[in-house]
Amino acid sequence: MGIGRRLYRGEVNVDFVGRQKLWYGLSAFLLVVSLGGLLINGLNLGVEFTGGSVFSFKAPAANIEQVRTTFEDEGVHQAIVQTAGDRWRVTTETLTEQQGTNLQKAVANDYDLPQNEVNVDLIGASWGGEVSNKAWIGLGVFMLAIILYLTMAFEWKMALAAVVALIHDLIITAGVYAWSGFEVTPATLLGFLTILGYSLYDAVVVFDMIKEVTAKLGTTSKQTYTQAANNALNHTLIRSLNTTLVAILPVAAILFIGTTLLGAGTLKDLSLALFVGMLVGTYSSLCVATPLLVTLKEREPKYRAIAKRLASRGPGANDGVSDKREPVGAANSSAGEKRKKK
Amino acid sequence: MLLLLVALILAMGGTMLLQQSFAPQFGLDLAGGTTVTLSPVTSNGQPPSQESLDLAVNIIRDRVNGSGISDAEVAKSGDNIVISVPGVGQEEVVALVGTTAELRFRQVLAVAAAAPGEMPTNAPTPSATPTGTAKGTPTPKAEESTAPTPKESAKVGDPSPGPAGKAVSSALTNPSPANTPSPSEKSGAKDEPKDKAKDKATPTPSATPTAQPSEDPLAGIDTTGIDPAVLAQFEKLDCLKNDRGQGSQDDPTKQIAVCAKERDARYILDKAAVVGTEIASADSGVDSTTGEWLVQLSFKSSGTDKWSQVTTTAFNSQAPRNQVAMVLDGLVISAPVIQEPITGGRAQISGSFTQETAADLSNQLKYGALPLKFVRSSISEVSSTLGADQLRGGLIAGGIGLALVVIYSLLYYRGLGIVSVLSLGVATIITYAAVVILGHNAGFRLSLPHIIGLVVSIGITADSFIVYFERIRDEMKEGRRSLRVAVEVAWVRARRTILIADAVMFIAAVVLYFLAVGGVAGFAFAMGLTTLIDILVVFMFTKPFVALLAKMEFFSKGHKLSGLDAERMSSVPVTTTNPQEA
Repeated sequence: MGIGRRLYRGEVNVDFVGRQKLWYGLSAFLLVVSLGGLLINGLNLGVEFTGGSVFSFKAPAANIEQVRTTFEDEGVHQAIVQTAGDRWRVTTETLTEQQGTNLQKAVANDYDLPQNEVNVDLIGASWGGEVSNKAWIGLGVFMLAIILYLTMAFEWKMALAAVVALIHDLIITAGVYAWSGFEVTPATLLGFLTILGYSLYDAVVVFDMIKEVTAKLGTTSKQTYTQAANNALNHTLIRSLNTTLVAILPVAAILFIGTTLLGAGTLKDLSLALFVGMLVGTYSSLCVATPLLVTLKEREPKYRAIAKRLASRGPGANDGVSDKREPVGAANSSAGEKRKKK
Repeated sequence: MLLLLVALILAMGGTMLLQQSFAPQFGLDLAGGTTVTLSPVTSNGQPPSQESLDLAVNIIRDRVNGSGISDAEVAKSGDNIVISVPGVGQEEVVALVGTTAELRFRQVLAVAAAAPGEMPTNAPTPSATPTGTAKGTPTPKAEESTAPTPKESAKVGDPSPGPAGKAVSSALTNPSPANTPSPSEKSGAKDEPKDKAKDKATPTPSATPTAQPSEDPLAGIDTTGIDPAVLAQFEKLDCLKNDRGQGSQDDPTKQIAVCAKERDARYILDKAAVVGTEIASADSGVDSTTGEWLVQLSFKSSGTDKWSQVTTTAFNSQAPRNQVAMVLDGLVISAPVIQEPITGGRAQISGSFTQETAADLSNQLKYGALPLKFVRSSISEVSSTLGADQLRGGLIAGGIGLALVVIYSLLYYRGLGIVSVLSLGVATIITYAAVVILGHNAGFRLSLPHIIGLVVSIGITADSFIVYFERIRDEMKEGRRSLRVAVEVAWVRARRTILIADAVMFIAAVVLYFLAVGGVAGFAFAMGLTTLIDILVVFMFTKPFVALLAKMEFFSKGHKLSGLDAERMSSVPVTTTNPQEA
């Protein structure tokens, strides 16, 4: 039977939680690489954050591609070309005086203008420190609100695990930007925000299932918390994959068109954040958030007792992988029966 | 449920029809907009300090993004401030955010007709207006017969014909020296507040009056306690001139002679009792008795004390000193008679506001006065910052992505896939309508990140279906239930998951909308919107629709193409379990 078919029928049993050392190692590696990238390369911030230079000139005959080419030929890689009234307005990253003069010459040359009719001006960041500060404050408050909400809806251990996974996703996505040198614009930042929502959303759906399955665990149950959580993961695996696929197909299409057909631009910068973020988000819900939650939960006396009891009964009983499906089904049906009786 | 949804969609469609707006509004990056450069005017001609410029940038950004969803950009450029607002013909918006918005409350010391030549009988009689928020009653005669044609009204494209809007915006629309003020006007201090202060200090202003009023304008005015210099200015003040002192920054520690915004009176006002920085919050609203738009203020504690003091003083004074004038950027916008001391720390400003001008003023007051005065030095329409290729590419890619999603869900869920495709269709229609309606009525503008965000939200919407479908299949797998029961039981459980997960998204949206500014706030708004639409669609369309399908034989008998057939579903050979036993 093909893997797709087995997936479809929910017969796949991957021991996610049992391989936590592998996942933690992988994540730690990714985090170190990402942080290293952030430290070594830094982010390639767009002019919206850093400010830059604005060139303004009259060239009625030119078209937007020509103007862009003129600037790119001089080594500018962030030119935003606009028309303003009857003039061209080109915003570039901060240039040295020499570069500025060279560009002035190039523009004057290309469009038959006297050099002094090409105005150069400095422009400050439209997305200045104050905007960023408020965004950071918003993010901080948001994290607190989420922890509070998830603590109420689930419990604080789940809230913590979900937020750790979220930070994990954001750092890795930022690392991809640092290493790839893709430009970070306000648009990219909004992409990050989307990931933030998506990553949490995914973790919450997974946790909801874990909560449902593990709620049935009692002192006499045949499963440890680890096994139950792993079953829950496998149970919702098909949903996780489906959801990721459905969400990522459009983004992948945008990234593909953005990089191959259009070259530099917002589309490419933004869709990379989403693409990476969604992949990492799905991965972290399954392989970071859940193992973390399990580690936290297994320290509770109740679950420790179960684990101890099952461990003493020999290796066969401890092998949770062998009878994955049944307990979930049982949990489901008993929940269903209860509801029916009501 | 389905009917309710149909009604909702029809209502949205009807709104779009009524408003004749069928396309969404686009942001700066996609549609371009209007860019205005504001140059600071300083009294000494020196460039302003960077700190005051930074402060001005922040205040202007707050003002222009007052509602948080317009996505305007504000940046410092040299010593200038460049404001870019999406959409063309937005000059007025920009003009309004650039006004200083210095608000002061001053007790009225004397009132006279608008210009020196006028008959004192034209003086406003504020006591004639019955309410506590009375303003000077305009005298139509003065306005129409003796007033020179107001040059401001020639300004094209002013969407707010209300005098309030004009008065405020004119602070920026007429900075050109073409309207050279008469000598008498100069003492009214247009551009040089510092000089004005000097003038007042010396009893002999440098400007010699060229036209003495034919009769004594001070007749019948109680001049006790009035600075003679101010009195001299007052005598010469001509409020019918185009340039009558609007946009000036008066010295709060001095008495001033000042014009009414509506050109119907001039005033001598006492030192400022309360200033704009003592305002805690400002809102626009409608007066419940008169139906007039007004701006409601509440003061901080220091302002509350001072406001209480000045209203008490005014209440105990003779007319016209029983009025307290509210001076905004050098003009009296309202001078109500104080009917009783106001101790609660609240005040209302009335003054022929429209909904728009009242909202603008409250926005300006809320975010504080600009530390600098600005004139508009250039204005131009700019094209989109993104190439058209980016939007086209994004749309094509989004289309391809959607097609893939449709193919995938049909292959995977078969019959149920139709439900998800239809649900996505309904979600798309509602989202589109919401964006159009919000664009028309609330200034919501789509930028490229918004569009990408909407595309991603498709994934989240689809997830709701997936969660639900997987639950149904779980129930069916157990093999003891009919589809009809399974659909209901699965719904109860899927609903909880969907609500918790959507709540997370919604919290994210709300927090970021209220705490962040600019693009982030706009994006958060879009995120909250799509989350609500997701819930709406799942509850009102997907669930009822699936329930409806469950009654059809095609699905309930588990046809091979329904996506619910036993063979594909069960983990054990189909012969040993019978999912349709019930």
